[in-house]
Amino acid sequence: MSNNRQILSDYVLHLADNALILGQRNSEWCGHGPVLEQDIAITNISLDLIGQARSLYQYAAQLIGNGATEDRLAYLRDAREFRNCLLVELPRGDWAVTTLRQFFFSAYQMLLFQQMLHSSDTTLAAIAEKSLKEVTYHVRWSSEWVIRLGDGTEESHNRMENALADLWAFTGELFVPSDYEKSVADNGIGVDVSSLKDNWLQKVQDVFNEATLTIPTTTWFQSGGKEGIHTEHLGYLLADLQFLQRAYPGMEW
Amino acid sequence: MATNTNISTQQIWSLLEKVTDPEIPVLSIIDLGIVRAVNHSEESGETEIVITPTYSGCPAMDVIRMNIRMTLLEHGIEQVKITTVLSPAWTTDWMSEAGKEKLRAYGIAPPNPSQQVCDMKLFAEESVQCPRCGSYSTRRVSEFGSTACKSLYQCNACHEPFDYFKCH
Ligand SMILES: [Zn+2]
Repeated sequence: MSNNRQILSDYVLHLADNALILGQRNSEWCGHGPVLEQDIAITNISLDLIGQARSLYQYAAQLIGNGATEDRLAYLRDAREFRNCLLVELPRGDWAVTTLRQFFFSAYQMLLFQQMLHSSDTTLAAIAEKSLKEVTYHVRWSSEWVIRLGDGTEESHNRMENALADLWAFTGELFVPSDYEKSVADNGIGVDVSSLKDNWLQKVQDVFNEATLTIPTTTWFQSGGKEGIHTEHLGYLLADLQFLQRAYPGMEW
Repeated sequence: MATNTNISTQQIWSLLEKVTDPEIPVLSIIDLGIVRAVNHSEESGETEIVITPTYSGCPAMDVIRMNIRMTLLEHGIEQVKITTVLSPAWTTDWMSEAGKEKLRAYGIAPPNPSQQVCDMKLFAEESVQCPRCGSYSTRRVSEFGSTACKSLYQCNACHEPFDYFKCH
């Protein structure tokens, strides 16, 4: 595989892994949501994310060749090979953690896909166009929950504050480009994520104003996920996700 | 079963009317607007059906692909290639008027024209007409319904809960 193709497939895997891991994480709520309608909402968001991941893995498999398939990429890579941001692999926590994380990630995805519409890579541009319509719903749904809980009761406000304290240090990584992100951004294929940060912060500020929450002033951020250095949580998640294919290779139903 | 080589593109479009959405069986894939092109080459005898998914994660797509093959095969069309495209992205504006009527009769409120509501305003609720009694006094129970393409509403007039095929 040529160097450029390798860099592009790394980038596509990074995008796919973000979507898959958050989709898998959110799906843990299936049957456990606070009320039926919201259980359905979060699992539908999971479905959208897994659908996006499928489009991206199919493209990555095409780039990688050598018998790679979307299933092999999702089910047979080890934690060290996953390139998702740390934010998406953190435990689902309570409803405040889940909805705040979704808001942080969806607001990022929306800005990312808006830029990716202009990618010189027509497959990525098409995936961005398709996903953007779904992400628009995710941003709206998650923003509403951040406001509802933040500007709710004392208990719900405290839950949101705790969620913010847990999650904030993991948001910086979204906007610090890895080497492969830098390369594809220079080629006009990928998005320069550092350019998204100001608009993202503005979006967070707008929602936080209504949610009576304050953006933390800390400037130290966790990182590593994009290079495959993960928290201990990813291994457990993958054990769940990959069990069947590891135990019964090639299993279908 | 004989191989049917003398079939027109128009006839293939009519055959596709028989393929329905497995989750909303009153709608054909033509009503839904997910068939984007039918390319029939008389020379090679191959028929290409170009489809686009409603939502990225729509689990019905695999079944729809299989049903297209089966339906065409029943009519002797064996060489079928199904191509999936993502762009331009599917919109409910592509749903046929006949499709919207079938939805209403089935008890699902059809999508509003998209320019009305596909925006980012928080806590905004669309004015959706109750498919049972026709009242516009309805409220959204949940942004997401039984499938990705629907949200859940309840009528304030007749109190009937119903699905709304949301604009997309
Ligand atoms: Zn009614």
